[in-house]
Amino acid sequence: MSEAVVWLTIFVLSVFVGVEVISKVSSTLHTPLMSGANAIHGIILLGAVLVTGTADSTLTLVVGLVATVLATVNMVGGFVVTDRMLQMFSRKPARRPRGDGS
Amino acid sequence: MTPTVTSTLAPTWVQLVYLACAVCFVLALKGLAGPRTARVGNLVGATAAVVAVAVPFTYLDLDHVALILVAIAVGSVVGALGAQRVQMTQMPQLVALFNGVGGGAAALVALLELDHLGPGTPAFDVGATAFTVAVGAVSFAGSVVTFAKLQELMTSRPVVFPGLPLAAGAALLAALVLAGLVVAEVAVGWAVALALVGLAVGVLLVLPVGGADVPIVISLLNALTGLTVAAGGYVLGNVVLLVAGTLVGAAGTFLTLLMARAMGRSVAHILFGALRGGSTLGAGEASDRPVRSAGPEDVAILLGYAERVVVVPGYGLAVAQAQHTLRELVEVLAARGARVDYAIHPVAGRMPGHMNVLLAEAQVPYDQLVEMDDINPELPHTDVVLVVGANDVVNPAARTTPSAPIYGMPILDVDRARQVVFLKRSMRPGFAGIENELLFDPRTTLLFGDAKESLAKLLAAVKSL
Repeated sequence: MSEAVVWLTIFVLSVFVGVEVISKVSSTLHTPLMSGANAIHGIILLGAVLVTGTADSTLTLVVGLVATVLATVNMVGGFVVTDRMLQMFSRKPARRPRGDGS
Repeated sequence: MTPTVTSTLAPTWVQLVYLACAVCFVLALKGLAGPRTARVGNLVGATAAVVAVAVPFTYLDLDHVALILVAIAVGSVVGALGAQRVQMTQMPQLVALFNGVGGGAAALVALLELDHLGPGTPAFDVGATAFTVAVGAVSFAGSVVTFAKLQELMTSRPVVFPGLPLAAGAALLAALVLAGLVVAEVAVGWAVALALVGLAVGVLLVLPVGGADVPIVISLLNALTGLTVAAGGYVLGNVVLLVAGTLVGAAGTFLTLLMARAMGRSVAHILFGALRGGSTLGAGEASDRPVRSAGPEDVAILLGYAERVVVVPGYGLAVAQAQHTLRELVEVLAARGARVDYAIHPVAGRMPGHMNVLLAEAQVPYDQLVEMDDINPELPHTDVVLVVGANDVVNPAARTTPSAPIYGMPILDVDRARQVVFLKRSMRPGFAGIENELLFDPRTTLLFGDAKESLAKLLAAVKSL
């Protein structure tokens, strides 16, 4: 198997996995799911680190650093805001009086 | 895979860590799809992301490490502050913005990687780089326009001008030609031009999309950014980027289709509907036809003596920050013996599932939130439907007026209830910019004013019954 085919295999299988894992999501969770998926593609930060760490001119270094900042905003902001949303979902029902030992 | 500096074969342990991270992203998405596991899923994803980013620092001899760490610190502060400070009502804008910067970062990474590629690089690899540059730019520009629409920095109605389809076509063609030149000459100059044209395509793609459809576009752009990251992963020879990007691309595409189905239309219609022109534009102006309005005391009597009440919360409720007052009113009504539920349209708020987030913030118990398909059969037997700050999701034009932009969208059939009360700030039409005939129906009563004030007055009036 040539190397390109290995990559293609990983790609195709990932497509099926991606669809399969969210196929039963309830519409209640669409917003956090979208936001969480959004955070996951912030992993481009890894790519930004790799290219910035091998930058060989001032221009490429600056562009790389900009990419690093942008990617970090995507990744960190995405995970934090998703957690903030989900935290509200998992809160105990409000009817209980406050401080009942929880 | 291209043997550049960045992708020289990593040690086995690194590859195994990357594999573990890829598995964690699968588990993260899987977790996010279920209510009980969602929070853990998100944390698993975040942990995997941090580990994956840390790995290259440990085994590669990277330059500029201090500067990179500063850049990461700056990005973390900006991202975390934005995420902490944002109002829940502004969630769709924020997701759009985060998505945009991710797409922009992917495009820049691909531009830099292209700089490393030599003339002998296989055409497919250069093509993948060009794809990342172009689509990343589309995603960035499209997300910025989406943000502007949702933040109401510009009109939320479809923007169309006579030359738009021509301009969009020309931009697409130019992008294809430039991508060809990038592949043929492996030249960064052409790639920069490609990125600029990509920006134009992104703007032209989102301009004609109407406000109510913007959330679907966010989801689509999210999927596009995922694919961009996947292509970037191929170019860099990094399996984590490939798997994570592909997962998001596939899941995002599927989610986009699910949402489009919930709104009763195709993705193509959402993107290009306004271009077919003519009838799809809303009037966007207030009408001066007579309506029946009443004071809080009259509405309180209507509600206070009803046996079955359904509340339809909309974006206006959240903008007025009136969720807590509404929850109190519902509790008082329930205490008086009425059966009260919240009817949640799948796209209530500004994004599918958004209303659930907003009500969860106000600690409304989930068992009172009833989805559209379950509540619709009960509406004909409902004494009073209280519509707070919602409009398009209860607009019967979706069933009756083929020319309406929301035609075909499944709606909450509140026009079949015995009485309808609208709490409205003004007669201004909803986000889709179309008038709601239900407002002029003889069974409809309007209570004008800020949602929070109106609900507070209603609450006081019901309590004193």
